[in-house]
Amino acid sequence: MQQLVDSLLGPQASVPVWVAYFGAMLAFGGLVVFGFVLPIAGITTWVERRVMGRIQSRIGPNRVGPAGFLQWLADGIKNMLKEDIVPIAADAPLFKLAPYVVMTGFIAAFVAIPFGGPLIIADLNVGILYVTAVTSLVVVGILMAGWSSNNKWSLLGGIRSAAQIVSYEIPAGLSIFPIVMLAGALSMQQIIKAQGAAPWHWFVFENPFTFLAFFIFFVAALAEGNRTPFDLPEAESELVMGFATEYSGMRNLLFFMAEWGNLYVIGAIVTTLFLGGGRLPGGLENAPAIVSIPLQFAVFFLKSYFWVLVAIWLRWTLPRIRVDQMMIMCWKYLVPLAFVNLLGTAAWMVVFPSGLEAMRIALFALAVVLGIAFLIRVRYHLRRAGLRRDELSFNPLAGARVPGLG
Amino acid sequence: MGLGAYLRNIKDAAVTIAEGLAVTASHLVRKPYTVQYPDRLPDGVRVQDTLPFRYRGILEVDLEICTACLACERACPIDCIVIDAEKDKAAGGLVMTRFDIDMAKCMYCGLCSEPCPTGAIHHTPEFEGADYSLESLVRKFVKAPVLAYKPKKGGETDPEIAPVLERGMRYVEEFAVNAEGPSEE
Repeated sequence: MQQLVDSLLGPQASVPVWVAYFGAMLAFGGLVVFGFVLPIAGITTWVERRVMGRIQSRIGPNRVGPAGFLQWLADGIKNMLKEDIVPIAADAPLFKLAPYVVMTGFIAAFVAIPFGGPLIIADLNVGILYVTAVTSLVVVGILMAGWSSNNKWSLLGGIRSAAQIVSYEIPAGLSIFPIVMLAGALSMQQIIKAQGAAPWHWFVFENPFTFLAFFIFFVAALAEGNRTPFDLPEAESELVMGFATEYSGMRNLLFFMAEWGNLYVIGAIVTTLFLGGGRLPGGLENAPAIVSIPLQFAVFFLKSYFWVLVAIWLRWTLPRIRVDQMMIMCWKYLVPLAFVNLLGTAAWMVVFPSGLEAMRIALFALAVVLGIAFLIRVRYHLRRAGLRRDELSFNPLAGARVPGLG
Repeated sequence: MGLGAYLRNIKDAAVTIAEGLAVTASHLVRKPYTVQYPDRLPDGVRVQDTLPFRYRGILEVDLEICTACLACERACPIDCIVIDAEKDKAAGGLVMTRFDIDMAKCMYCGLCSEPCPTGAIHHTPEFEGADYSLESLVRKFVKAPVLAYKPKKGGETDPEIAPVLERGMRYVEEFAVNAEGPSEE
């Protein structure tokens, strides 16, 4: 980033250097937010509704644009044109501010999130620490929204969210430590560089403890993102959207944009920390920038978006857990296990200073075996349903199967 | 809680979540059931044709096989069926001068078609009943006075009535099957 601006300015710059840096930062930030973050949040809502539809044997939104793809734009425009209602009894300044706090916490995370290869807004040397710190700003906004709505449901939602996010920060943070120890850096780019392109050189397969840490981090990240099965703060059926009950129009939209955008943030952090980021096999990484940068972006994006899909898939599989179960899971299971991982990784690094190649390959093989066992289980459920071949389709946009209707 | 139970809890959580994911994944590759009524049906397909034979849509009466026994009128819990029938010596039996069903009142319970001896009154798969006035929802089946049907010994021979009666009896017989519990199909 800095080199780019320097080379554009040339040796005799007519504007102060900091102005140029600031302008370049704003331009690139705007490009990322409006060209990537907001569309990705919107498109994810469409993807979620289509996946949900298929899991429930429905079609999902399919009227606006091809296969309903523009539904997110229609929803966005509708929400922007809607009346912005502030309840009389609400604390108006806080009520109006809260969605922006949530949105800021979510968008600020993109400053340090890589997009593959050299693409990153700012490679902070405290990268991952910054991301965890800034995403917890979301809880302030949610608590603000819950309190200022002057509504008991909203308040309960806000308090639940605060309890949940504060609790799950701990296992999430503790699962990041092993990675930071292994990489010897907090910077996102250096964490990626410490991993290899081959799957068994990813940190997730580094040793048995990081393998476990990956799952703990993913669960804790889902909880921090208020995703089902941890969507207690929203809880449509009991709290009527919790902290967002009183919001309408654009402010409501901002909450939802942050929620779905946050899914991508979870995917990107998981990819960076555990799954080797956008690393390519040796030769390709040294290829000309015009080849390697788009490829690294694609690899990073696909890895990240896969975890978005997994989060959606989990949402339509698991029921919402109770508040006490949520707390038990965090404090009795995830936190102790995360400590075990931290100490185990430290011990592992002492015993095997350069890692153990056999263990990496063994863990990768274990993951492959688990994946195949899972697919066999899926096939078992399909067999048990006794479906005809023409009732199945791998086409994500497949039509209906009612007899006589094709 | 001992360590064994603790580890078993973790194992159970992992296994059950994976099992749930396998079930939903198997649904991901099944085609949806949705029928996109009314505007995205394949050419020439009416959704009414795909509905089951016993679908409880708008009521219809086959006057050719109606015996004017008034069983349906008595069975109707909300009196939406009105039948006028008189003995007419000259015509040789009961003559119906009125058979009205008020579809605005009808609650589609099917109690009228159950006692019908010939299956003359039955539900059709037709369900598009929207209209602008309540009066036009009253279905008047008798246009001109009509002689009630009399069952013949040895079965129906009239080629015009026989298929109607056959259909009606099929309708009646499916009640008899269902009365013994759900059919195997």
